Amino acid sequence: MATTAIEQTPAHSVEATGLWSWITTVDHKRIGILYGATAFLFFLLGGIEALVIRLQLAQPNSTLVSPDTYNQLFTMHGTTMIFLGVMPLSAMYFNFLIPLQLGARDVAFPRLNAFSYWVFLLGGLLINVSWLFGAAPNGGWFGYANLTTKQFSPGMNIDFWTVGLQILGVASLAAAVNFFVTTVNLRAPGMKMMQMPMFVWMSFITQILLLLSFPIITVALVLLMIDRTFGTHFFVPSGGGDPILWQHLFWLFGHPEVYILILPSFGIVSEILPVFSRKPLFGYAAMVFSGVFIAFVGFGVWAHHMFATGMGPFADAFFSLATMIIAIPTGVKIFNWIGTMWGGRIEFKTAMLFAIGFLGMFIMGGLSGVMHASPPADLQQTDTYFIVAHFHYVLFGGAIFALTGGAYYWWPKMFGRMLDESLGKVHFWLMMIGFNLTFFPMHILGLNGMPRRVYTYSEESNFKLLNQLETLGSLILAVSFLVFMYNIWKTWRIKATAPADPWNGATLEWSIPSPPQVFNFPALPQVSTRDALWEMKRAAGGSVPEPQRVSGKGIHMPNPSFYPLVAAIGVTVTLGGFIGGSHLPVHIAGVAILLFGVYSWAFEPA
Amino acid sequence: MADTAHAHADDHHYTATGIDNRKLAIWTFIGSECMFFASLIGTYLVYKGRDVSGPMPHSTWLLKGVEQEQMLEIPLVTFGTALLLFSSFFVVLALNGAQRGNRKQLLGWLCATIFCGMFFVGMQVFEFTHFAHRGMGYTTNLFSSTFYTLTGFHGTHVTIGLIWLLSVLAVALRGKLPPEKSLNLEMAALYWHFVDVVWIVIFPVVYLIR
Repeated sequence: MATTAIEQTPAHSVEATGLWSWITTVDHKRIGILYGATAFLFFLLGGIEALVIRLQLAQPNSTLVSPDTYNQLFTMHGTTMIFLGVMPLSAMYFNFLIPLQLGARDVAFPRLNAFSYWVFLLGGLLINVSWLFGAAPNGGWFGYANLTTKQFSPGMNIDFWTVGLQILGVASLAAAVNFFVTTVNLRAPGMKMMQMPMFVWMSFITQILLLLSFPIITVALVLLMIDRTFGTHFFVPSGGGDPILWQHLFWLFGHPEVYILILPSFGIVSEILPVFSRKPLFGYAAMVFSGVFIAFVGFGVWAHHMFATGMGPFADAFFSLATMIIAIPTGVKIFNWIGTMWGGRIEFKTAMLFAIGFLGMFIMGGLSGVMHASPPADLQQTDTYFIVAHFHYVLFGGAIFALTGGAYYWWPKMFGRMLDESLGKVHFWLMMIGFNLTFFPMHILGLNGMPRRVYTYSEESNFKLLNQLETLGSLILAVSFLVFMYNIWKTWRIKATAPADPWNGATLEWSIPSPPQVFNFPALPQVSTRDALWEMKRAAGGSVPEPQRVSGKGIHMPNPSFYPLVAAIGVTVTLGGFIGGSHLPVHIAGVAILLFGVYSWAFEPA
Repeated sequence: MADTAHAHADDHHYTATGIDNRKLAIWTFIGSECMFFASLIGTYLVYKGRDVSGPMPHSTWLLKGVEQEQMLEIPLVTFGTALLLFSSFFVVLALNGAQRGNRKQLLGWLCATIFCGMFFVGMQVFEFTHFAHRGMGYTTNLFSSTFYTLTGFHGTHVTIGLIWLLSVLAVALRGKLPPEKSLNLEMAALYWHFVDVVWIVIFPVVYLIR
């Protein structure tokens, strides 16, 4: 492809710079970068929490941290990685890519998009502020009642958790409405649903899962908060409440949540594998329908997290069967990814290494998952490190590998610079080795009886050697991230001159300059096939010229706005007033700020 | 033709389905909120009948040894329910007025809608304070907690809807709701219908079914 220098951009198309322009941005590309940077920092924080856990577990009878601190560490590690790590990293890709891949100028509601980001940032900060009070959430990321009721958790720890998650839920719901409408309504003319890039399809299904599952955890959190604040007995047995209700409500959310975590990564891998196999995605329709099936049936398996609660044989059998059935569409996807590579001409770029690594690691995680699906087997496995192994294989080996691969793949499009391939390969291999060394031994430790959520173990247990290997593995993982950050820093210092299409991509984001101009496309594309850009190149005789930066005259983009941030502050203050009890003045102030923000937003010119 | 297609797509109102983005967004939001109320109603149903003491919805109960009448007073709530249902009809008439540019029709029926909604909320406030006087606090028993939480969240949604409708009324009174902008009322009306439909489920589940 052509590598001509990018022409001088006309003055009135240059984007505003400076802090205020970022605070008031409603541009999906900037919001995506904000999500990514913020999420990466939270991810590092969650990683540090993990390293402290691993250091504590490296020796039997260790007193590096107290039991109470340990509880806070594993709770915050889980909560951070799920809600402040993987989900917002996925949101970075939703934001940056969905309008570009659909051939649109922005999402349906740019200010609502900014609002979602600010609420996420404020919610993440609020939940972490708890560390400064020595009162970080400590009831596990799943907050089982009645451990988390006032009687057994009298401090503010759980208040930070219920309030923080409710705030984050608002961000997710707003974004889900936004991306749902964007996908349905803002596709380029001619682009049918079954012609959308697979990343957009998987993201679309994820939005539907968010819309239907987050309200359920909202209710669970609200009921717990009401128990703690006003003295009701929703989960308090002495007042007639049932702790098992918490588990049902939580897992009715919690199981769809794990598909929310992994489907975007399925989409990323479905973008990377075809490009670096130089072959279209195998079985597009099957990939769509299997994704839909997984999401739908995913609402019917929640009690496989409750096999040890004595639900009875009928319930156990039903949920066991439904869980095993989900393995089928998942298997379809695995075979289709293999089928994509089969007979292709593979290019082992860093992004491709991560995508192939995803495939191997996710298969392993899926296999242990199917083992849990059998209630009698699960009775031995549950609450042991065998489960910890499973979910780290699918969430780290799966989601994190895919999200990292996506970073190498889309970095040139987002920032106009290529990440260094040699450093990338060092990153990949260190991560592969470190990851497996950390998490594979957990299968063995779990089957040998090491329970979850214990702050130490005895010398006689014989858990020491494997724990030490795992700690070593976690340090190797930490080094791999240092290599990644060095790669970012080193390549950031060169000028942004990456070509529009460094990988011979199939989708529309590669048809515009790197990074894109604020209006994305000079003229919105007409689409009539899948892999729209491959089709355009084929029709043009094999390649298209390097797109030039042009004047954006005549293209009206939405104005920046300060009010999404104001409204986000309003939401945070209103809900924050429930920490340590209900403080009416705080609620009133929050609602006032929120109303001011919402009305100003509604009546300002778009 | 390509140019007009591009111009068509670049038209600020272009949508692949032909449905306005904001209308689709309200429907999407409503779908999500249905799950919210489904969870609350589910909790109510799970705990229904599980109390051994304290206020009862449909049977007599003992307060300090003295027998009390059933808690729920159906006639008043039935009347409020009827008004809420009619208000959904009234807002449709108001919307029709907005779409046809008939200012009197728009303003009149919008006021009727808001009046009915305010009566409903007022009835609930009266009901809650009356229950409190009769000995049913928030934490008294499972029925009281689930009842107040479920109907309280619904009442909050009605109140938010009223604030929204009042805002639209203010805009309409200033003459800023011509037919081209009738979507602003339509969005509020859709939300209002949703709030009504949720009540159509809550009313039988809580008040009528024993």
